[in-house]
Amino acid sequence: MLQPAVNAKDHVLGKLPSAIMLTEYGDYQCPHCGHAYPIVQKLIRHFGDNLAFVFRNFPLSEAHPMALPAALSTEVAVGKGKYWQLHDAIFEHQDLLEEGTGGLLKIITSVGLDPAEIQSHWTDKSLLQKVSDDFESGLMSGVNGTPTFFINGEKYDGIPMFGDMKKALAAHM
Amino acid sequence: MLQPGTKAPDFTLPVTPDQSLQLSSITDSHKVLLFYPADWSPVCGDEIALFNQAKSIFERYNAQLLGISVDNTWCHIAYAKANNIHFPLLADFQPKGAVSKLYDAYHDKEGTSQRALYLIDKNGIIQYAHISPDAINPGADGVLEKLKEIEPR
Repeated sequence: MLQPAVNAKDHVLGKLPSAIMLTEYGDYQCPHCGHAYPIVQKLIRHFGDNLAFVFRNFPLSEAHPMALPAALSTEVAVGKGKYWQLHDAIFEHQDLLEEGTGGLLKIITSVGLDPAEIQSHWTDKSLLQKVSDDFESGLMSGVNGTPTFFINGEKYDGIPMFGDMKKALAAHM
Repeated sequence: MLQPGTKAPDFTLPVTPDQSLQLSSITDSHKVLLFYPADWSPVCGDEIALFNQAKSIFERYNAQLLGISVDNTWCHIAYAKANNIHFPLLADFQPKGAVSKLYDAYHDKEGTSQRALYLIDKNGIIQYAHISPDAINPGADGVLEKLKEIEPR
């Protein structure tokens, strides 16, 4: 069970209250999350206004050194109104993260944000706390790897493929 | 599986080629024993990577993580270095699997530890026990919930 439930601290794509709430715990440098990204996009297009999507950070930064800076950058982008733009751009150009900080800064620049300014916020305590709270909420919700999805707060244990997820979401309609 | 409420069997295992750790010597914190089949399993969904990332949260609730497998200390050192593992990995290597057997967490057929999780409190009493299938990472929710109960902040 998702805990805490989706709340004001979350980034929600879509209109609330929607029929179905899909929440992902993800790591920007995790290849499995990269594979899941176009599937989530397709689900969002398929269900339209009937689906709201929430992304929570679950960076395994010991394994993926750019996962935390990437997560922090998206949190900074919230204030610039570009959270989802940066979220999408990172997953669309995930391979650039293998170049390290330089690669992430390229992605940040590509969505029209000032890379130096974004990077200067990577040490903000409040943002680090937000990401760490996301991670802890994931642990408490039973997340044991990324990506992990929740449908209306219930853990989705199926395969992260379009057909399977579409069926599971439709069952909540 | 050993039952919650019972005394955790004491043991001493090597952490490095020249250092050992005795369970009962850790009296100022709770202990989380993570028995796992082997070093070098895939990283993303990996239990050790998950607990490693969660280490600071366990520490906030005054719990020390201890990984245990039948790999030897040299293997543990290489594995910990390659994956930035920041908690001790104990070598249940000689006699092979003795501590895993003591905790009812040994696969005779495979010759490896099972995927078992034990939470042992400061007084050496088992507070939580869970064994999961090898292919399933148990996650940290069950043990964290119990920990929050015995170590309220």
